[in-house]
Amino acid sequence: MEKRVTFNSRWLPYLLLGPQMIITLVFFFWPSGQAIYQSVLIEDVFGGNSKFVWFENFAQLFRDNSYAHSAQITVVFSFLVAAIGLGVSLLLAVMADRVIRGATAYKTFLVWPYAVAPAVAGVLWGFLFNPSVGIIAWMLQGIGIEFNYVINGNQALLLVVIAAVWNQISYNFLFFLAGLQSIPKSLIEAAAIDGAGPGRRFWDIIFPLLSPVGFFLLVVNIIYAFFGTFGVVDALTKGGPGKSTEILVFKVFNDGFRGQDLGGSSAQSVILMVVVIALTFVQFRFIERRVHY
Amino acid sequence: MVENRPFLTALSHLVVLLGVIIIAFPVWMTFVASTHSQQTMLQSPIPVLPGPHLIENYAKVLTEGYGRVGSTPVMMTLTNSLIMALGVAIGKIAISITSAFAIVYFRFPGRMYFFWAIFVTLMLPVEVRIVPTYGVVASLGMLDSYAGLIIPLIASATATFLFRQFFLSVPDELTEAARVDGASPMRFFWDILLPMSRTSIAALFVIQFIYGWNQYLWPLLITTKESYYTVVMTVSRQANVVDSVPSWNLLMAMAMLAMLPPVLVVVFMQRQFVRGLVETEK
Repeated sequence: MEKRVTFNSRWLPYLLLGPQMIITLVFFFWPSGQAIYQSVLIEDVFGGNSKFVWFENFAQLFRDNSYAHSAQITVVFSFLVAAIGLGVSLLLAVMADRVIRGATAYKTFLVWPYAVAPAVAGVLWGFLFNPSVGIIAWMLQGIGIEFNYVINGNQALLLVVIAAVWNQISYNFLFFLAGLQSIPKSLIEAAAIDGAGPGRRFWDIIFPLLSPVGFFLLVVNIIYAFFGTFGVVDALTKGGPGKSTEILVFKVFNDGFRGQDLGGSSAQSVILMVVVIALTFVQFRFIERRVHY
Repeated sequence: MVENRPFLTALSHLVVLLGVIIIAFPVWMTFVASTHSQQTMLQSPIPVLPGPHLIENYAKVLTEGYGRVGSTPVMMTLTNSLIMALGVAIGKIAISITSAFAIVYFRFPGRMYFFWAIFVTLMLPVEVRIVPTYGVVASLGMLDSYAGLIIPLIASATATFLFRQFFLSVPDELTEAARVDGASPMRFFWDILLPMSRTSIAALFVIQFIYGWNQYLWPLLITTKESYYTVVMTVSRQANVVDSVPSWNLLMAMAMLAMLPPVLVVVFMQRQFVRGLVETEK
């Protein structure tokens, strides 16, 4: 889409674009270029000298068991975050869409977790499940479950998933609710007149009509689980115990800053860039035109 | 409602109510913890109802911080967070509304290149390129400064796209009328376009304020001086310090203070928030 009526000026548009272009060049293209450049170098342990090594850093990553392990955890983690997050928020949205009285109040009470920083969300859930004072850990102990996320890797992963889902639930809820409200009432009424019950109406009409929104949210949630959950992980487990919650974006940071392995970290950055670009492409190519709010 | 099914309606209320309670539970416990003394918070089971130390705890964290050597008063970190959040929100809106104006309302050589250059930034969140971005900011001497906290985060395409979308929907007749009346481009921008964009600006402001306030990794990396710490990073940092006697009451008071501003913004500007959320993702 283009404007028919425009203004003429030789210099004004460049002036207007200037600030954003300078910031984009300096803080986006330059570092991204550096990441790609460093990903083909190996730096001397003592600093200073670096050597061009083609794709050695990448090859090393693919041979590295800890990278495969991290990738595997990221996939499990993203799957759980997306599946649980979408399931719970769809249930809440469908139910909230049904009620007429109090709907606005419910909405207000469900949207605010979005405003809580992931790092703070991690702290809150860590407190609830804290092995010595956490109220939920205490209750679990009461029914015979020993919950200690500080030493148990699977429990740590579960806790990170819970905190990440909690943080993202309002986002999913709002989009599902908007999707539900945009479904024409006449369709539902027609089905009801034909004798379809609420369950049947949900699966045969509402669910298919909601699937574009669901698909869009799926991509957004995977992107969120991949990149948006750094704060949750860092506040809760720091990737541990062992490396059981070390998702990829955390490993980039860990290897780059704590491990001082610039080449390896940059190679990981480049791989993650490819993943985001692919996901964004999917989002734009296949979803944008079909989702209506 | 298509038909009257009292049982199903009751069930719906029950499920949503349960959801609300479960979602609010962590914050309730945080609040409760922030109102007790340190001793009470050290024995399990901890209380589930508020205690009498609310004012004492909050006053302490606001003026002294967590109370350990080297801790930062929350008053200061809150101010830093506010500066950062406002800087990010206002900065993003300012640079993106002007560049959207240039891209939509002018024809000039290289226009599409600029458009695509901005578009690409949509793809890479700062976490992915964190290590080299840190390097760039360090070599520019911007560590430990508000500029370093704010400027690298305002390069983002979402806002530009939102405004572009909106400008494209503004009728051409308005531009024609302005031109016939002899208005300069900037005059048109200030007197017509900007007032019309009010709702978009408000929606975007809410989203970007929350984004700026909730930044964690970035301030953690580039600040080493206490006077630039933000509240979100200090909460998480204190939570991770291994200590013989943790002060849960003070830590949770800090967490409450870190959550309060963005939550209030969302609750009181809910319309703009929902609008911003839906529109920035389009």
